[in-house]
Amino acid sequence: MVIDDSSAMRLILGRIMRGLGFDVVEAPNGAEAIARLQSGAMPEIALVDWNMPVMDGLAFVNAVRKEEKWRQITLMMVTTESEQSQIVRALAAGAHEYVIKPFTPDAIADKLALLGVLAY
Amino acid sequence: MTINLSAFMFVSDLVKQDAAIVIGPGKEYLVESRLLPIARAEGFGDVGAFIARLQLSPDERMRRRIVDAMTTNETSFFRDRDPFTLLNQVVFPELCRKRTSTHRINVWSAACSSGQEPYSIAMSALDHPLITSDWQVQVLATDISDEVLQRAEQGRYSQLEVNRGLPAAMLVRHFERAETDWKVVPAVRSMVRFKRLNLGDALDLPLMDVVFLRNVLIYFDASTKTDVLQRVRRVLKPDGFLFLGGSETTIGLDDGFERVAAGTATLYRPRGADPLQTPMPEPLGAAGLRQAVARVSFPTPPAPAAAPQPRAPVAGGVGGWPWLPSLPPAPPLRAEAARQPLN
Repeated sequence: MVIDDSSAMRLILGRIMRGLGFDVVEAPNGAEAIARLQSGAMPEIALVDWNMPVMDGLAFVNAVRKEEKWRQITLMMVTTESEQSQIVRALAAGAHEYVIKPFTPDAIADKLALLGVLAY
Repeated sequence: MTINLSAFMFVSDLVKQDAAIVIGPGKEYLVESRLLPIARAEGFGDVGAFIARLQLSPDERMRRRIVDAMTTNETSFFRDRDPFTLLNQVVFPELCRKRTSTHRINVWSAACSSGQEPYSIAMSALDHPLITSDWQVQVLATDISDEVLQRAEQGRYSQLEVNRGLPAAMLVRHFERAETDWKVVPAVRSMVRFKRLNLGDALDLPLMDVVFLRNVLIYFDASTKTDVLQRVRRVLKPDGFLFLGGSETTIGLDDGFERVAAGTATLYRPRGADPLQTPMPEPLGAAGLRQAVARVSFPTPPAPAAAPQPRAPVAGGVGGWPWLPSLPPAPPLRAEAARQPLN
């Protein structure tokens, strides 16, 4: 699941993930992503932007981590937020990994391998 | 000699157009070091002459090679992962068992380039549960290029560089922000000593417990490989460890080494070294590195529970992103990773 309010970024991340063999669903903010999960979507991994309208990425991570039924979803922040304290906040909230924009496609593949959702 | 502004801008624009990657001012050394092998292979004496020719007569094949050189094959933190898994799970435990009288471990990172490898080794040691504060781990990092050594010594890396291979938990633990870049913290930098060294010259070094000589031999002919391996063996303790690159071997070059590898990592020991007491981890992969992150204190994110469906290998670039690596068939990494909590 690619969650980002920028359609261009959803397109880029979607292309990378499809290229790596994933099926991709998209959501423009955390609230719509939650709605998709509630309607039965169960992604293996969610790539989550931080700054989005309606519900931001950190709130999404917190919401997902509160629900036992969504435990198996791996969460990776993909965001321009680059302050050390923000990275710590996201990891403490329950994000498994963190990629800072701008990134190369290799960086996404590297992190997915690190998380064990992709072989390397 | 550094390339001129016109040549630098040409490469920088080209890479931005084709790969959306920004190579900012001050990265002339990067352009030069990446493109020099191509320029030489094409018969040019230096990168400047090579670029000047391309500016006059565009060449699509060369353009792609430039983009490839600037976007792939770069060194990264914890490059290839498996060597660091072995370092954490086998080599450090073995050495901690054997070096109890000295509490000292010497590691040599040969051809260290811009420093990601020696710093990865230092971070691994710093986070290793058996290497307590009464141990001294010293990493000697050498390279033939003064320019990359200067940069490595600064320990300063761009956002793009820290995105590659470095777990976020390690980033926040071992780096601090330096404007838009990230700088290795003093505790890690103090473990690494940089020195200019040509592997063809005499190796006047202290005895080493571990040598990282990865992706170096591939640039040498057979007799030079043999010569380098024999001289490396002389600075390696009889019960030490040698890491080579995934496509490199000592076989047929120096029978003084024997292979004790697992997974894609290639680990050698001097022939006759006493048997390892630490079992080889199987399968290698993300688990080892996650274990290295294990002592970073964050609440445990719920670990993925289900076993993964291995991704199909994709050859020759991935999904229209030609610089994405082809991927080998997957072992069930996710289940392995799930057993390794983040804190």
